[in-house]
Amino acid sequence: MESYQIYDYDVLVVGAGGSGLRAAIAAMEKGAKVGVVSKSLLGKAHTVMAEGGVAAALRNVRSEDSWQVHFRDTLKGGGMLNNWKMVQNYTQEAPDRVLELEQWGAVFDRTPDGRINQRNFGGHTYPRLAHVGDRTGLEMIRTLQDHAVKLGLNVHMETTLYRLLTDGDKVAGAVGFHRNTGQFLVFRAKAVILATGGLGKLYQITSNSWECTGDGFALASMVGADLIDMEFIQFHPTGMIWPTGVMGLLVTEGVRGEGGVLKNSEGKRFMFDNVPDRYKGEFAETEEEADRWLNGDRSARRPPELLTRDVVARAIRKEVNEGRGSPHGGAFLDIASRRSPDYIKKKLPSMYHQFMKLANLDITKESMEVGPTCHYMMGGIRVDPDTQRTNVSGLYAAGEVAAGLHGANRLGGNSLSDLLVFGRRAGLSAAEYAGSQPEAAKTDESQVNALIAEALEPFKSGGENPFALMQELRTGMQKNAGIMRVEEELKAELEILAALKPRIWKAGATGGREYNPGWHTALDLRLMVEVAEAVVLAAQARKESRGGHARLDFPDPDPTFAKLNHIVRRTSQGLTVVTEPLPEMPAELRTIAEAKLVTAQGGS
Amino acid sequence: MSTVQFKVFRGDKSGGALQEYPVEAQEGMVVLDAIHQIQAKHAPDLACRWNCKAGKCGSCGAEVNGKPKLMCMTRLDELDISQPVTVRPMRTFPVIRDLATDVSWNYEVNKRITPFSPPPNTDWRMQQEDVDRVQEFRKCIECFLCQNVCHVLREHDEKTGFIGPRFLVRVASLEMHPLDTANRLPMLKDAGGIGYCNITKCCTEVCPEEIHITDNAIIPLKERVVDEYYDPILAFFRRLFGTKKRPVSGAGGQAADD
Repeated sequence: MESYQIYDYDVLVVGAGGSGLRAAIAAMEKGAKVGVVSKSLLGKAHTVMAEGGVAAALRNVRSEDSWQVHFRDTLKGGGMLNNWKMVQNYTQEAPDRVLELEQWGAVFDRTPDGRINQRNFGGHTYPRLAHVGDRTGLEMIRTLQDHAVKLGLNVHMETTLYRLLTDGDKVAGAVGFHRNTGQFLVFRAKAVILATGGLGKLYQITSNSWECTGDGFALASMVGADLIDMEFIQFHPTGMIWPTGVMGLLVTEGVRGEGGVLKNSEGKRFMFDNVPDRYKGEFAETEEEADRWLNGDRSARRPPELLTRDVVARAIRKEVNEGRGSPHGGAFLDIASRRSPDYIKKKLPSMYHQFMKLANLDITKESMEVGPTCHYMMGGIRVDPDTQRTNVSGLYAAGEVAAGLHGANRLGGNSLSDLLVFGRRAGLSAAEYAGSQPEAAKTDESQVNALIAEALEPFKSGGENPFALMQELRTGMQKNAGIMRVEEELKAELEILAALKPRIWKAGATGGREYNPGWHTALDLRLMVEVAEAVVLAAQARKESRGGHARLDFPDPDPTFAKLNHIVRRTSQGLTVVTEPLPEMPAELRTIAEAKLVTAQGGS
Repeated sequence: MSTVQFKVFRGDKSGGALQEYPVEAQEGMVVLDAIHQIQAKHAPDLACRWNCKAGKCGSCGAEVNGKPKLMCMTRLDELDISQPVTVRPMRTFPVIRDLATDVSWNYEVNKRITPFSPPPNTDWRMQQEDVDRVQEFRKCIECFLCQNVCHVLREHDEKTGFIGPRFLVRVASLEMHPLDTANRLPMLKDAGGIGYCNITKCCTEVCPEEIHITDNAIIPLKERVVDEYYDPILAFFRRLFGTKKRPVSGAGGQAADD
């Protein structure tokens, strides 16, 4: 029998990115005994890669901004499929959460009068993103990390959770292993918060780091938690497409926020021809007007390059498909002709560095080549909009792994403040729940032993190379369930996944248990194949195009689907899709959400 | 497409050796791509730490042909690929396995630094020019390459009385924050061991974020320590007028949070 080490916590937080750390801080402040598990070293989570900024209606640059306008922008960007209560909580609390970071030591860029500066971003009516150049995520994670350490953070670094443990119908902890040693660990916890981030690694071309294998979606689903909106995956319009090795690497929307424009091979700014009906009248109609906006003329409307990500990504794809793409199959993103070299280096230092270093390209002189890259999961674990509680007792979720806030498409900058607002809410409610549980969490030894044996199977199986299987999984998802979807391909993908699953479960590992990436990958795959199936099933169910979900066979939004969410639920027969009506928005909020922008442009 | 030979350290704390692998090179390839190719094709258990592959997380530091680098930002076309490319783990930290080293010491050191301590009442107004310097330090991605090359840590293994360039940078980011009120000079002088640094600038040279570690962080901190503890004229005036340490903004002085 394998030995394992036991840790007891009130609240176990899974993930040490923005939402996990914010949750841990909130739970510690409530007096809970908190443990954080992180697959990487502290401070390396994917949050670190966030670039452009954190959205909150601070009103530092434009006093006309308010939570109401942010509320409207978020719902409009999300195809009105968002959970209205989450959007309300979020837009109302985001400013406080950002200011709190400053009080914990974050140093944001400043306005001339010494307050936190805010920049423009796609889908946001006003400059709303607090930022630090183009490394806002690093600033945020370091601030949260420092503050959590100050509070006495207890972190298990480089630790992977294999499965959640249950006691009857409630969560009782988790079993995992320390990656460096291969030693198994059992965490007994009254409450567990999943803050595991996204699933970009399901796709071949992604901006996500290796960690984003979608663990949390699968871990939750395996103990009976509902997943919602799994069809909505955001393909960020501007990823690097050359050289091949860095394909997918993010090029911040901040480039467009700072004035960058998209052009096709004919030198045409094609976004002017791609303004969807719902945004008609809100964007500049000529280059001349867009230029006036860039120069600070408040009577001019915003350039169409600042449309939402779903719209821009599909427009780029259309240019490429119609033969007007860049040499490596994307579009040109030009900031060089719009801003001075000094300005670019000051405002977009890591973009400058990234292109200089990886592509031998000086963005202050030349255009970048960009194309869509899998970036963000709008869907995920279904949670209560106030407490982040899932439908499984003791299980909470926050950040990218949780769903509801972003609906069908997320606005840039809304993720970082999502992490803060709902990380905190999850931490508070999990700590409160744990405090109300009279008895210590109990785990079942036979359950633990069975899971450990299962996790060690790859060493015995002599099965296929896990890296090759990973490649196969990602290629299939990219081809059949990517940015544009169609019934036959989705159906084919389900068959591919069904055939892959038994092979994945037999994947082999060579070598020992200490820091063995082959073994880790073999285990990651078991979760990834479940998540992939949930995505494909939901994509198949939604026979319309909306936000991040685009169907070639159903190219338009459909009013029937506008009123429902898809829930992916595990039954004894496997994963099934159930439809449910959207929660009804109160009339006064609906008025805000559907408001036409009269004051938004130029204060007229 | 050409084949490049790689010699990669394989082993653990008990020892190891360079092992040779062929890598099919592609245009624009970086060393981390090569390591991943070796993992996928020849050695699935090859240990290597990485996250973002974009120079933003600081996980993949290693010694490429003897030079401390982020593997994700080191292109093959900047190396002499007519010879085998050697990749070894950072030498200053104990090897866990292959290219992954045990950097936990850094996390322990970090806990000893008095955190950000703002005054109780402030309007949080700060001018950009007053935070430029702090923002430079806050670019640090904690790759620990500076710690790796610092001779105090690397050659002399002085890990008890010295915190290393990374944490001198962190102290500088706090000390130079316009709204911080804590005094970290005693720590710098004693437990921090700032006197050990003799300004060889090795740390600055390897910093992938191009932070001017020595000039902008360490030297100004050294000057503050010298002014505080070793300046005979200031010491004379201090004896004459009492021993106020250094002006702290805000009445609270050292905030109650360490």
